[in-house]
Amino acid sequence: MIVHSIFFYFFSIIAIFSSLMVITSRSTINSVFFLILDFISVGCLFIMVGAEFLGMILLIVYVGAVAVLFLFVVMMLNVAEQKQSWFIGKKSTHIPTGLIVSVLILLELLVVVGGWKYKEDVMSSSTLVLSNISNTHQLGLVMYTDYILYFQLAGVVLLLAMIGAILLTFRERVGVKKQSYLNQISRSPSTAIELREVKSNEGVKIDD
Amino acid sequence: MIEIGLGHYLSLGAIIFFLGVIGIFLNRKNVIVILMSIELILLAVNINLISFSIFSGDIVGQIFTMLILTVAAAEAAIGLAIIVVYYRNRGSIRVEDIHGMKG
Repeated sequence: MIVHSIFFYFFSIIAIFSSLMVITSRSTINSVFFLILDFISVGCLFIMVGAEFLGMILLIVYVGAVAVLFLFVVMMLNVAEQKQSWFIGKKSTHIPTGLIVSVLILLELLVVVGGWKYKEDVMSSSTLVLSNISNTHQLGLVMYTDYILYFQLAGVVLLLAMIGAILLTFRERVGVKKQSYLNQISRSPSTAIELREVKSNEGVKIDD
Repeated sequence: MIEIGLGHYLSLGAIIFFLGVIGIFLNRKNVIVILMSIELILLAVNINLISFSIFSGDIVGQIFTMLILTVAAAEAAIGLAIIVVYYRNRGSIRVEDIHGMKG
């Protein structure tokens, strides 16, 4: 139990620190790296608390795909010289409101967490955790039976996101020669070959 | 303090949620940081769902977490595509420069 608490405080302090650095660091690329650190430490917390599959999914999908996507976009857009300018420059009027709203949200959440009592034996679900099989096995047993519709809908959401991202960033370039399969396979010898009479000592003009 | 319970995880989720919200409000840099703040908020929600799922012994919270992960990945992809297109058209993604809707 002491080991559990030591690891919890270790990873949660790293997570809070890195999420603080995500929103305050001066360059965007540092924010992305701290976001990766945040995902890794929260993934370790998930693995530690017993949700191994989701911890690994967080490490693989977020660190391996989403954070690298952020890195690609930061690299492509050349935003490295846009330094953080928090309270300098143009006077902003929404910062005090934002601070008040954020602090109120935090206080409300902490009040809810602090004053919350768990009612005993309230769970009567059919998906209670069995202790003799692993976390991934349990997740598969529930996800592919009771929640198969939501699983399929998640796949549809991902497909739509892929189509949308490709459609948004697709750009028709002018002046670029492309291969046209239809023109290639619809050629016939009558259109491809032209026979000409070549007069003596004059040659023939080609490709006009 | 030593005994780690549900309240500790919920507090961690609350703090990360707060940092995400404050990152959205106070950001003066560019829109990518706003997207990263949204990722932080979704991560806090995932922490809450997983800790409830573990401490109440019900596996369904982890399935919700997985659906939230899917939606977050889709949202990041679409948002970054929109940012790329916006940068291609306007040449800047600073928050102050995006005022096309006079908001």
